[in-house]
Amino acid sequence: MNQIPMAGKILKENDRIAAQLRAAFQAHNILCLNLVSSPGAGKTSLLERTLESFPANERVALLTGDLQTDNDARRLARFGFPVRQITTGGTCHLDARMIERVLADWKFEDLDMLLIENVGNLVCPSSYDLGEAAKVVVLSVAEGEDKPLKYPSMFFKSELLILNKIDLLPHVPFDLAKAREYALRVHPDIEIIEVSCTTGAGLPQWLHWLKQRRELQFPSFVHAVRL
Amino acid sequence: MHEVSIANSILEAARTEAQARAGMRLTKISVRIGELAGIDPDALSFSFEALVKETDLEKCALEIEFLPQRHECADCGQRFVVADFETRCPKCGTAETTLISGNELEFAHLEMEET
Repeated sequence: MNQIPMAGKILKENDRIAAQLRAAFQAHNILCLNLVSSPGAGKTSLLERTLESFPANERVALLTGDLQTDNDARRLARFGFPVRQITTGGTCHLDARMIERVLADWKFEDLDMLLIENVGNLVCPSSYDLGEAAKVVVLSVAEGEDKPLKYPSMFFKSELLILNKIDLLPHVPFDLAKAREYALRVHPDIEIIEVSCTTGAGLPQWLHWLKQRRELQFPSFVHAVRL
Repeated sequence: MHEVSIANSILEAARTEAQARAGMRLTKISVRIGELAGIDPDALSFSFEALVKETDLEKCALEIEFLPQRHECADCGQRFVVADFETRCPKCGTAETTLISGNELEFAHLEMEET
């Protein structure tokens, strides 16, 4: 029996492509965010409200991943910004190769921001780097407040937590204080914004966060931001 | 449930590595999986077994070393295992600690025998 050392990451091919994408985003001053959540937490609604608030000349593009259908892309295309659906055909996450493939004929020069809506799943997308600057996790109050404890990996790897659907709080047994406590226990540095895509509560804070995050990524391009 | 695609990535890479060594057969693939990697070790083993069944690698075993989340204190240098999500330093109490392991999804080594 011979033991042969074998170094390297299991997803090294994914990580290699993700690193290339990250370098390309950085070189073109594109802020790329990877939005993750369980199915139905409101990623698409958050993006709709986000796009609605952008001026028509905002240089933003979107990729949206689902197992089947292009329903989300059609919802998002209404706002006039470039949108592409990635239909994974059963795969429970997006990977870097899918992003690379779908972006192949896009001009990075035309973009300031790329928002990727991952497949609704709090487990698998946490393993796949897409070259994003940050992950944003969306948790709705229609779910359990212990989601951060049940899926710590995703909350640990996300920079921002959007607590969505807060307009439903009077009708559901969701403990907001506990949700915050659990998220901070798993990830003490996570930022938290409470949002309702229905009433618009918290959306200014989210848009402000986007603006600040872009300034953080590209300090020399502060005045180019037109949020 | 993405363990099947992870198991497939493991097999592809190990097979490529093994093919470079003529007259040898792969008997074991050893990997390290961190607690934060988002991988269920049982599901990974199950997927691996299903993928190698009735192939040339049917006898090849998958060994998984599961690594807990470990942090290092920025102030006193203490290294510790994070239990019950407590990331503060158990020695000096500071919250300034950084992840040093627990996110692994990597190969450790291969074991081969002569055919």
